[in-house]
Amino acid sequence: MKVAKDLVAASATPMVLGILAEADSYGYAILRRINELSGGELDWTEGLLYPLLHRLERLGYVESSWQAVAGERRRKYYRVTESGLAELAEQRRQWETVVGALKEIWRGDAQPFAVVPV
Amino acid sequence: MSGGSGPGASGPDGSGPGGGGGDLEAQFAQWRSYVQRRRVLSAGDVEELEDHLRGSVDELVGAGLREDEAFLVAVKRMGSLDELSREFAREHSERLWKQLVLTGDGDAPAGSGKRRELLVLVACAAGAALSVKAPELFGMDYGQDGEFYAPNASLFAFPWLAGFLAWRRHAGKTMIGVLVALFALGAVAANVFPLAEDSQSIVLTSIHLPIALWFAVGLAYVSDDVRSPRRRMDFVRFTGEWFVYYVLIGLGGGVLIAFVVGTFTAIGTSPETFVAHWLAPCGAAAAVVVAGWLVEAKQSVVENIAPVLTRLFTPLFTAVLLGFLVTLVVTTSGIDVEREALILFDLLLVVVLALLLYTISARDPLAPAGVFDKLQLALVVSALLIDAVVLWEITGRITEYGTTPNKAAALGENVILLANLAWSAWLVLGLVRRKVPFAALERWQTNYLPVYAVWAWLVVLLFPPVFGFM
Repeated sequence: MKVAKDLVAASATPMVLGILAEADSYGYAILRRINELSGGELDWTEGLLYPLLHRLERLGYVESSWQAVAGERRRKYYRVTESGLAELAEQRRQWETVVGALKEIWRGDAQPFAVVPV
Repeated sequence: MSGGSGPGASGPDGSGPGGGGGDLEAQFAQWRSYVQRRRVLSAGDVEELEDHLRGSVDELVGAGLREDEAFLVAVKRMGSLDELSREFAREHSERLWKQLVLTGDGDAPAGSGKRRELLVLVACAAGAALSVKAPELFGMDYGQDGEFYAPNASLFAFPWLAGFLAWRRHAGKTMIGVLVALFALGAVAANVFPLAEDSQSIVLTSIHLPIALWFAVGLAYVSDDVRSPRRRMDFVRFTGEWFVYYVLIGLGGGVLIAFVVGTFTAIGTSPETFVAHWLAPCGAAAAVVVAGWLVEAKQSVVENIAPVLTRLFTPLFTAVLLGFLVTLVVTTSGIDVEREALILFDLLLVVVLALLLYTISARDPLAPAGVFDKLQLALVVSALLIDAVVLWEITGRITEYGTTPNKAAALGENVILLANLAWSAWLVLGLVRRKVPFAALERWQTNYLPVYAVWAWLVVLLFPPVFGFM
């Protein structure tokens, strides 16, 4: 199964903000985390992730800083900001509405979909 | 955060198996220099992406791949850099022009380099502008000494543009020597021959010297790799885009002049002398350098405009050429070989050739032949036919009335164009029939470029004495 491009794009922001809300992170780790969370179904490209991170930074939702952790390379770490958390909460409300509605629909005629895919 | 499945053991660099660490570092260095050429990516972006690539390589090595394999796979996974740059460009559209011009962005160490480039640009543009005025120190007058200014026009600005390009390319001493020699030779050709103001030779020199010197600019452009066909093709593309920018700057200059004249006249001061003697000539010379810099600076950031124009005009020119041929056959009238008509036909063929060259320079070398290539074939073949007709007429006139510098120059140019068009037609035909690779056409055109340069120099240097300064 391949998740449609539009859906990936729409869910990208809450996903990145959500991951950063767990802990500060850097590009490669974020990509791996998304891959892991989706069981490998969400395969983001660098062309999606990095411009998105930069956009979130421009919008003030995340902050970045170059950090050198002992024994590792210098890396650009991203940290979610207050307004990023607010945005995440907002997006979460919206997604819950969408997901809730879909669940209702699919509960109604469960036959074609044996498994509720959320 | 995960990381558990990552190769925790592998250190920052080169501690993988196989001992090829140095190799891998060289590959990273190569990758970095390749990526850094993309102006949308700031130094910080490149470092961030490199970190990503290293993470990916480490993981693959941890999964058992050899370092070089891991590198290849990781780069491949990263996807096409074009796409990546495009995404960055979309996100950082503000950077494009800001980066081009004034501020280096804060965290980029390359910022000082850009500022230095800007300084060199300003110096070169100012040099070109002042070069136009320099002859006045020796009593020349822009309005009256046309026989001096016409053949010398290209000598004011082109050396500065060539200098700027040579500086950017870190041209070697030999190359700089060659460039200086070429421009000196151009200056000699423009000024030593005793040519009357209304002689044919002075017109020929005024047309051909800029061409000859433009190839000297081209030499400066390719000075980092003179033999590379790709670099020559880059120069062809540079020429097209330079022309587009130059025209645009010229249009802007026209608006500026209109406002200068209008506003100053409104308050009772006449700015005509300033406009005619300073603003227009100095601006035109400086714009030569600035247009060149713009092409260099925006390289690979914005879609190139010249290829788009060729797509637009190839069909139109094909239609005009075919229409002309049909009319020629239907009316069975020959071509009137007046001086203007000859020049017109030469120009037409040059434009066709330019269209062909730009299309080639913009074409994806690996794409299979398509409709556009067939259209191209029609264009080249009709140009070839017209060239043959013109050649026929010129040789007829020369055998009948003897030769003049104009006719000889036109004859030579037509022969050169005929040779190129004939072989191009053959290659495009092969391309359409999928028997000839596109690279053959590209190689033919880039190898042919010096022929134009040699011919232009011949006209400039030999024609005046050969034809007795006629």
